Amino acid sequence: MPGLKRTPLYDRHLALGARMVPFAGYEMPVFYEGLIGEHKAVRSDSGAFDASHMGVLEIDGPGTHAGLQSLLSNNLGRIGPGEAQYELLTNEQGGIVDDLIVYRRDQESYLVIVNASNRETDVDWLQGRLPEGVNLRDVSDDRGLIAVQGPGALKRLALEPAPSFTFAEVELLGVPCTCARTGYTGESGCELVCAATDAVKLWDAILAAGVVPCGLGSRDTLRLEACLPLHGQDITPETDPISAGLGWAVALGKEFTGVERLRQVAAEGPSRRLVPFVMDQPGIPRQGMPIVPYGEVTSGSHSPMLDIGIGLGYVAAKKNYPGAMLTIDVRGRPIWAKVVTKPIFTSSHNYIERKGEW
Amino acid sequence: MAAAENYPADLKYHSEHDWARVEGGEAVFGITWKAQDMLGELVFFQPPAIGTELAKDGSYGEIESVKAVSDLVAPLSGKVVAVNEKVESAPETINDDPYGEGWLVRVELADPGEAQGLLDVEAYIRLLSEE
Repeated sequence: MPGLKRTPLYDRHLALGARMVPFAGYEMPVFYEGLIGEHKAVRSDSGAFDASHMGVLEIDGPGTHAGLQSLLSNNLGRIGPGEAQYELLTNEQGGIVDDLIVYRRDQESYLVIVNASNRETDVDWLQGRLPEGVNLRDVSDDRGLIAVQGPGALKRLALEPAPSFTFAEVELLGVPCTCARTGYTGESGCELVCAATDAVKLWDAILAAGVVPCGLGSRDTLRLEACLPLHGQDITPETDPISAGLGWAVALGKEFTGVERLRQVAAEGPSRRLVPFVMDQPGIPRQGMPIVPYGEVTSGSHSPMLDIGIGLGYVAAKKNYPGAMLTIDVRGRPIWAKVVTKPIFTSSHNYIERKGEW
Repeated sequence: MAAAENYPADLKYHSEHDWARVEGGEAVFGITWKAQDMLGELVFFQPPAIGTELAKDGSYGEIESVKAVSDLVAPLSGKVVAVNEKVESAPETINDDPYGEGWLVRVELADPGEAQGLLDVEAYIRLLSEE
């Protein structure tokens, strides 16, 4: 496709018969054999995703730690070398510029993985605000990133279990890589960052171990069942982390961009909240559909595991309790839905088993 | 198992990728292989009620895959006399067999002569090659 970039695994995607679509400036696989089968492979065993389109930044030099502490929402003082943390990059109004994961390599050295769509925004934002002496390198084009996710993922790769949100430099399947115990599916597994030139070798070895190749389609339905927000839909520069239910990643006790506003939102209580919901009647919610009377679906889909419509959306704060009934305007048809607990579904947890609590 | 690409010669086609199989004063409607391939695995079928009057070229229901929704376009005018309940409970039937088990509605035609305005298989395949 003209004007679109390709990841190091592009030829592999074509050889596997992938349906390719434009996404964040890249030509990416949306599915290979089929979205539903790929989704179920991750919930039951393991799947591999090409996430090489994501932004990979290296930030180091004197002042890096203090500089990042002043720009990111979470308390970096709580992690040491080899540990990772979920962060929000916030603006002066407390709105979410991006969500990202930082990997602390050393006292003053971090690896940062950001959303593909926000890579340039984030680089400009950080370059303009980090203190003198801090080096920021956008190494995205020189790296491959492969996520291997699912209850069987570690066994397939002969990896020992490790605490989630930790990472290590390893040689895996003959390829040197950063192996992080993070992901975007609600399952255990890892995200592997390697040299772009090694990506094909690593991908081939992962598939040879019996891991199912999965496209962006199942990546989206998996993260939605797990209730992990997507920047640009569920969280945006116009929405704040408190309203989005991400207060756990906001250290209100430290100083960072937008913290005054966020303290105010937390003290007053947000007027609306991002909630997970499931449809009580046949119908599939989609992004942008009104939640009557005053809310909106920010992500909606069919759930491959539950075989019903599910979604995330903003509702009046008083509706923020499991069991609350919502009405969603599905192209003119009012369809009942109900607020549920997170996650809606992963292989180890789901809202149904927790229904006794509400 | 998804069907292989094919377009039966005994059907009449609408440019919105819907088909009609005319049987005397009635017709069966469905979507073409191309339509189900563009949508992906189907997970939801919102059918019209029995007795609904359909107008040629008008929307008569919706079909959804995990990622997308599409209107169903009536290739001909008429009254719905049956809805395929198998597709309602198992929409993936359309992916498996778009011209057989995956039919959508049976209609009592208002004017069987309307079918003259639809595409035959050669014209439909030509349309696909131009898209």
